[in-house]
Amino acid sequence: MWDYTDKVKECFLNPKNVGEIENPDAVGEVGSIVCGDALKLTLKVDRETNTITDAKFQTFGCASAIASSTALTEIIKGKTLDEALKVTNQELADYLGGLPKEKMHCSVMGREALEAAVANYRGETRPSEKEERIVCECFDVSEEKIRKVAMENHLTTVEEITDYTKAGGGCGSCIPDIEDILRDIWSVKAPPEKPKEPKKLTTLQKIALIQEVIEKEIRPRLQEDGGDIELIDIEGNKVIVGLRGMCVACPMGGVTMKGIEEKLRELVSGDIVVEQA
Amino acid sequence: MKPVYLDNNATTAVAQEVLDEMLPYLKDLYGNPSSMHTFGGQLHGRIEDARGKVAELIGAEPDEIIFTSCGTESDNTAIMSPVESYPQKKHIVTTRVEHPAVRSFCRHLARKGYKVTFLPVDNQGRLAMETLLKAISDDTAVVTIMYANNETGVIFPIQEIGEILRERKIIFHTDAVQAVGKVPVDVKKLPVDMLSLSGHKLHAPKGVGALYVRKGTRFNPYLIGGHQEKGRRAGTENIASIIGLGKACEMARKNLREDVSYLGRLRDKLEKSLLALCPDSRVNGDIEHRLPNTTNISFEYVEGEAILLRINEHGICASSGSACTSGSLEPSHVLRAMGIPYTCIHGSIRFSLSRYTTEEEIDTVTEIMPGIIKDLRALSPFGREKLSTTT
Repeated sequence: MWDYTDKVKECFLNPKNVGEIENPDAVGEVGSIVCGDALKLTLKVDRETNTITDAKFQTFGCASAIASSTALTEIIKGKTLDEALKVTNQELADYLGGLPKEKMHCSVMGREALEAAVANYRGETRPSEKEERIVCECFDVSEEKIRKVAMENHLTTVEEITDYTKAGGGCGSCIPDIEDILRDIWSVKAPPEKPKEPKKLTTLQKIALIQEVIEKEIRPRLQEDGGDIELIDIEGNKVIVGLRGMCVACPMGGVTMKGIEEKLRELVSGDIVVEQA
Repeated sequence: MKPVYLDNNATTAVAQEVLDEMLPYLKDLYGNPSSMHTFGGQLHGRIEDARGKVAELIGAEPDEIIFTSCGTESDNTAIMSPVESYPQKKHIVTTRVEHPAVRSFCRHLARKGYKVTFLPVDNQGRLAMETLLKAISDDTAVVTIMYANNETGVIFPIQEIGEILRERKIIFHTDAVQAVGKVPVDVKKLPVDMLSLSGHKLHAPKGVGALYVRKGTRFNPYLIGGHQEKGRRAGTENIASIIGLGKACEMARKNLREDVSYLGRLRDKLEKSLLALCPDSRVNGDIEHRLPNTTNISFEYVEGEAILLRINEHGICASSGSACTSGSLEPSHVLRAMGIPYTCIHGSIRFSLSRYTTEEEIDTVTEIMPGIIKDLRALSPFGREKLSTTT
């Protein structure tokens, strides 16, 4: 059971500002039912002063998501849009007397809904509509969001990134990517690491290693989802495989192929290209 | 507030009669049954009495019962034993809906180089027999398939599976932790080689379980050490709990027929009322083949943790398959394997009853749940177009 503060419980059991403002001046929608939480924020804004005169929310999610929504709407009411945008997710969490670390993503979602609503009010393109690189496919988390949340909350580990954004909490294949981003953020001043000498493998060693990685690392994961993989051929750096079972019809096939390539690059050699037969 | 405890698939209350039998062994009779003196040695007989009672509940011979520390240990042992007994065989077959005690252990073996087949289930949580037939081969060391699923209560066709596997001479283990004590289980008729059960699911305390190993089955111990359990499971016996498990099994056997009909009646009443009073709700799992004490209901457009914490305010205890309650970010692997839509998985609630559940408790839940679901739906941005027409 989660260790929620009394304030979280209160804001969850008796949420404030629930509902949808009629003819709102701004709407911010974030999250999705697939990911397990979603928030729709509607605002009434005084056009003269750019002040938020009313804020309401509808939230699908756990107790901390609902409590964070109450916190958000309570905090931003009466603030100008610029003032409201300065509210950090940490302030939402502080309003609630703190959140369990695994639930910090709920406060981040509140913050994001506000940004989306302000962007909507100002007629700006919402961040999610921009072209951005998605790092975590499972929870649809972009590099930009990871960077932003990491900087604002001084996050230094993948675990913290998962707690705050969910990124890396699904299949886990993006964890090396998140590590790279964190390294990039927090070690800018450190001298760049010398690139490691690539391991020189003989062709036979390489083939054996590729086979081993497919058997021990890749196949078990695919089989859990009812899929399978067959190693068909190896030509230089090109590894030709066939996806079998459930993988054949799976719309995520492209992602799977990419994941296989990444795993082989990580464990065998950085220049491996995986192709489907 | 006295809890309305409808989470008996998680754990059960220790029966008063069980506790009464146990207490002397926690106080005065603390000896070690392996000792040469009477004070300790006399306890040996009491362990054998308990073994007999456990055996009787499932139709086994007493020496086919090995006491363990929990269901997980029984499951791990049952998978590891054939894997070690048949070192040339490198294949394990299981399903995608097993309890972590089996699922994570199989994944662990997959990482060690074993080939593991996770059989799929259909949208009712049922196993397709042809996938099993296709999966097994001479390389298969063990097939491990649960007797009944802990989340949905769906019962697997263990008899049919066992007949196929016996013909193919493949070792078959079933994790019957959720089934024993809730439905009749008789290994005289059931073609299984090994079967796991757990004390705290049938009103014995936590920290004791048992593994049935059919006579003639090759066996390799998992815990190595002393000669306890005839060398099949080392470690000084947890005497009080073993005696408690014996008593609980005796009670389960005597009450079984009555329990099955009582649990089924109350469960059906709860299920019917909730489905009628909460629009956009549905039962997950095959209702024809299900434990009598379990119902898994999805309330669309609301999230499980929110439901649990709201009913918690009224002392009602249940479980959910939602991501937020799992400790990970992903919702129930069982409901996902069944292809239940995410709108339903996140709002899934499991109620599991016991013989100590009362009709009043069921009525309390029926009274309180619909209002909570309605409240939470009013908070949710989803399903609003539907709500306006149904509420």
